Amino acid sequence: MKSLQRILAVFLKEVRQLRRDRLTFGMIVGIPVIQLMMFGYAINMDVRHIPAGVADMSSTAASREAVMNMAQTQVIDIVAQAADAQQLELLMRQGEISVGIYVPSDYERRRQQPGRAAIQLMVDGTDTVVQGAVAQMVQSGRTSPYNDQQPVTEMRIYYNPERRSPVNTVPGLIGVILTMTMIMFTAVAIVRERERGNLELLITTPVRSSELMLAKVLPYVVIGLIQVTLVLLLGNLVFDVPLRGTLLDVYTVSLLFIVANLALGLVISTLVQTQFQAMQLTFFILLPSILLSGFMFPFDGMPRPAQIIAEALPMTHFMRLIRGVILRGATLPELSAELFVLVGFILAAMTLAILRFNKRLD
Amino acid sequence: MPETLHNDMAIRARGLTKEFGHVVAVNDLDLDVPRARIYGFLGPNGSGKSTTIRMLCGLLTPTHGDISVLGYSIPKEAEALRRKVGYMTQKFSLYEDLTVTENLNFMANIYTMTRAERKQRIPAAVERYELDRLLKQRAGTLSGGQKQRLALAASTLHGPELLFLDEPTSAVDPENRRAFWEILFDLVAEDTTVLVSTHYMDEAERCHSLAILDLGVLVASGSPDELSDNIKASVVVVESPRPRKVSKFLDQQAFVHSTAQVGNTLRVMVDLDLQAPAEVTRKVIEEAGLPIDSCEKARPSLEDVFVAATQARKAERDLAA
Repeated sequence: MKSLQRILAVFLKEVRQLRRDRLTFGMIVGIPVIQLMMFGYAINMDVRHIPAGVADMSSTAASREAVMNMAQTQVIDIVAQAADAQQLELLMRQGEISVGIYVPSDYERRRQQPGRAAIQLMVDGTDTVVQGAVAQMVQSGRTSPYNDQQPVTEMRIYYNPERRSPVNTVPGLIGVILTMTMIMFTAVAIVRERERGNLELLITTPVRSSELMLAKVLPYVVIGLIQVTLVLLLGNLVFDVPLRGTLLDVYTVSLLFIVANLALGLVISTLVQTQFQAMQLTFFILLPSILLSGFMFPFDGMPRPAQIIAEALPMTHFMRLIRGVILRGATLPELSAELFVLVGFILAAMTLAILRFNKRLD
Repeated sequence: MPETLHNDMAIRARGLTKEFGHVVAVNDLDLDVPRARIYGFLGPNGSGKSTTIRMLCGLLTPTHGDISVLGYSIPKEAEALRRKVGYMTQKFSLYEDLTVTENLNFMANIYTMTRAERKQRIPAAVERYELDRLLKQRAGTLSGGQKQRLALAASTLHGPELLFLDEPTSAVDPENRRAFWEILFDLVAEDTTVLVSTHYMDEAERCHSLAILDLGVLVASGSPDELSDNIKASVVVVESPRPRKVSKFLDQQAFVHSTAQVGNTLRVMVDLDLQAPAEVTRKVIEEAGLPIDSCEKARPSLEDVFVAATQARKAERDLAA
């Protein structure tokens, strides 16, 4: 009986403390809700609306209908018209389209010859799910009055023709690792000083908040770059992941992403009181970053609300950049739109962090 | 303190008030801290000592009131003040995972000392604060007294004109406390002003002057002697073989403010306007048939002053309520 009383005392104390810890309480409810919504609703392996470009060299009623038939499956969305195959390749390298539909000028003649490919589909192989979806679309094609026989389609996989999954995951993994470590390191590093009372001493000294922030963040920039190097090196040596862009571009993109995450970590550090809370909040950002950024599941397969959330995460933009540079050999000017978003994110987060980090206690 | 003297004041505050929501932590405080003196804040926990110190060094923004510290208007010119003040927090706030030397070097660089200054000041501080055998030790492994010496060394490294010490000796044994105060007097001899908060009476006795705080209000101020002289009560020391019984009996008497037992003696605070307080006290005890060995008037101690001041406030509050 006495044991029961003690158990009850500890149990009630635990419940009471839990109720007062709003962040943990939020996680108890938030994690299942977020996970359920993301896995059940946002994450859709049945990909639709893959952005596609068309270069129709034959421009006949039959060729147009063949393209229309593909669009009607809703697997692809025609978002661009290209003049030739080179332009399709460029659009793909820039990440504007994931599928290029090339209809040669002798489409009508090719169609009459059984077994000869009449349409070429160029598919971005940096995401294996997208590849699979396009392959399925081609197999389930249908016929119509103009195309009484289904035209033979040839699929050409760009960037990862062997469909090896490490080629897709390793560049993205850089993003996951940096998100995890960089946000947490900075948030914890600042909160730790506050928890231990170091900050109370520091703010009575002449050190400025901007100096303090910069100096606290700099070591982690170096650590982040070391992590990038490690993943690149192992990816190349062990998994034979190609590096098609320049090394300088890889590091430039990574550096921007590191700084964006550090800035985010600084913002978190101004919002929480303890190291544990800092880790909890990091987790709240990490989870959608992994699931929504396009790292695990294709961005195009997600419904609009999930895409909007994903656009707000730096990881989504980094994923496009790093896959572009490493796998598609894109140059930075070709990816400038994504770069601008990251820079904008850094400026916004840094401003917010410095404004919130006051050199006062109240 | 006359207005004309205020250039000799290290700190001057008028109407200092800090509210946290509905709680008034510091209420309409006036302060004049003379230069090159040890000025004490005496008060129980929650009396507003730390809040006041934090406002004086610009860490907290006062809700109302004007502050001038070393001629700087606070909190507006707090940044400019930072080079001239040292602040030792209540909790040890240097880096526990750095060694003594590393901590001192860090602080020297934060105050942007030149190499030459560092080479001169760090060894001098190490010698003064007897840290020479601890240099390579991590701060986290130091004893309470050693940590406190290191903290003081770090906060005085840049030669501040004014030193804020927030309950500096709460984790320190009596011997180390003694040594600590010796160092404070050395600093004052070098023209440093020291503002120290404490809840130890023996430390308060050592201050040149004091402010007694209670629930955010300044209830008395002056030198320890002045405070003892101006106390609004007389103190009678009663010796009895049954001190608890006598104490309970006296507490019910109208002329008695409070009683406090020290061993077998009682310190009894009685009305100031009571004529011949010792005789009166002895008479009522004897009339009640309680045993008594001796009964004499005594000079009020600082603790008596403290109790009298806080009780007078309590009486006022009860009256108001």
